Amino acid sequence: MFNSIGLPVIVLGGMAVFFGIVLAYASKKFAVEVNPKVTEIRDVLPGANCGGCGFAGCDALAEAIASGNAPISQCPVGGSELAAKLAVIMGVEAGSEERQVARVICCGDSNNAAEKYEYQGIKDCKAAEMLAGGSKSCRYGCTGLGTCVRECPFDAIHIVNGIAVVDEEKCTACKKCIAVCPKGIIELVPVSKKVRVLCRNQDKGKATMQACKIGCIACQKCVKACKFDAIKVENNVARIDYSKCVNCMMCAEVCPTKTIYANFADRKKAFIIEDKCIGCTICSKNCNFEAIEGELKGKHKVLDDKCVGCGQCFAKCPKDAIEMK
Amino acid sequence: MKLGLIIISAIFINNFVLSQFLGICPFLGVSKKIDTAVGMSIAVTFVMGLASVICWAVQIFVLDPMGIGYMQTIAFILVIAGLVQFVEMVVKKTSPTLYQALGIYLPLITTNCAVLGVAILNIDKSYNLIESLINGVGAGLGFSLAIVLFAGVRERLELAPIPKALEGFPIAMIAASLFSIAFLGFSGLFSGLL
Repeated sequence: MFNSIGLPVIVLGGMAVFFGIVLAYASKKFAVEVNPKVTEIRDVLPGANCGGCGFAGCDALAEAIASGNAPISQCPVGGSELAAKLAVIMGVEAGSEERQVARVICCGDSNNAAEKYEYQGIKDCKAAEMLAGGSKSCRYGCTGLGTCVRECPFDAIHIVNGIAVVDEEKCTACKKCIAVCPKGIIELVPVSKKVRVLCRNQDKGKATMQACKIGCIACQKCVKACKFDAIKVENNVARIDYSKCVNCMMCAEVCPTKTIYANFADRKKAFIIEDKCIGCTICSKNCNFEAIEGELKGKHKVLDDKCVGCGQCFAKCPKDAIEMK
Repeated sequence: MKLGLIIISAIFINNFVLSQFLGICPFLGVSKKIDTAVGMSIAVTFVMGLASVICWAVQIFVLDPMGIGYMQTIAFILVIAGLVQFVEMVVKKTSPTLYQALGIYLPLITTNCAVLGVAILNIDKSYNLIESLINGVGAGLGFSLAIVLFAGVRERLELAPIPKALEGFPIAMIAASLFSIAFLGFSGLFSGLL
């Protein structure tokens, strides 16, 4: 009885205790002082060692984040929740800045841009880029071979009708797609900015029109239409300065080629709450579109057909009497 | 002569991954890039050699005298796990460069069946200490050979035109099986000698 149960228990138990003591001693004797942040970060990481981040396991990622070599959003498993926790540890302000999303600046899908040859090489944008800039007739546009799709760890970018389209709900602004795109047509934009120039073609207007049905011909109409100095034409293509853009969508309204895209259904209107309005006229002075009328000391009114929802009056009203809906 | 036969046998004829099907998990899991495959194989070779010696000693000096040789499996797992943890600590303290290279792979192979397998096979074939060490290192080299070659194949598979249904893991399994069949060609190499 003792020989069949007791002996193995004692021997193996003894070995276990012996190893335990040795390891306990070794952990003190061979302790290496590490950056306490690494340990902290390691504790909140999922710990599955899946390698999805591109590092050799969670320990390696924790070290890279602590030393600033990896962004806090690197872990695809933890997503934005984890990034928020890491932001606290690293002292980076994750929440104070507006969420950004990647956007593909091209609308040369299969309907708009023709194929100049039949591409039969490996399915990789960089490879296609080396063959006369890809098979699309426009050499600035998306090749649609999905290198960014394969790179995205969040399943947030897909090829739809021949061009890459970002799913803004899923995008975490990790910039991996931006890094791999050989055309450089993906950029980070604050998620609230609704107006987009969908072209990067730097050719002159005529050449652009030959390459793609929709494309910026650098006609400058948007520049003139913008009352906030937020759009400029450089290298024959319009670019929006999103720090100045207020979503008034005027540029999209005047664009003759419909290269500037905005969903007009999203356009808001200012609305004055009459009970709160004291007739200070600040709103009408700030309106660039002459869409607010009213006498000094009298109730003001927004002219719906002129208001473009730029929100300037909303921002300036001292009595919070304006709503955007 | 026998030592030479043991090492050749461990690397080619009885290759742990491709003939005995031990350690398949890291073979498929860590073979996407040659770099990581090399890191893993160094760690495996190192641990296999070390585990062979220590487990041999445990069997001969602890388990056999006590008459509890049947507790081999549990005892060896215990020894290997403890040993690897200990080695990891020592390496981390004494050689940060080596620790960087082995990194995550050391703890990953604590419970690897190939490591346990080589320890048990040493006892089954009643090798002595030196033979156990050689067999352990040889088995590790065999593992390295298999995983590094396979990583090279998988890097090429990434760029090959593969039917949609077979992309990724399925084609890796097929490649692994072809690999294994190729290694069968070594069987019987020493049939007259061993």
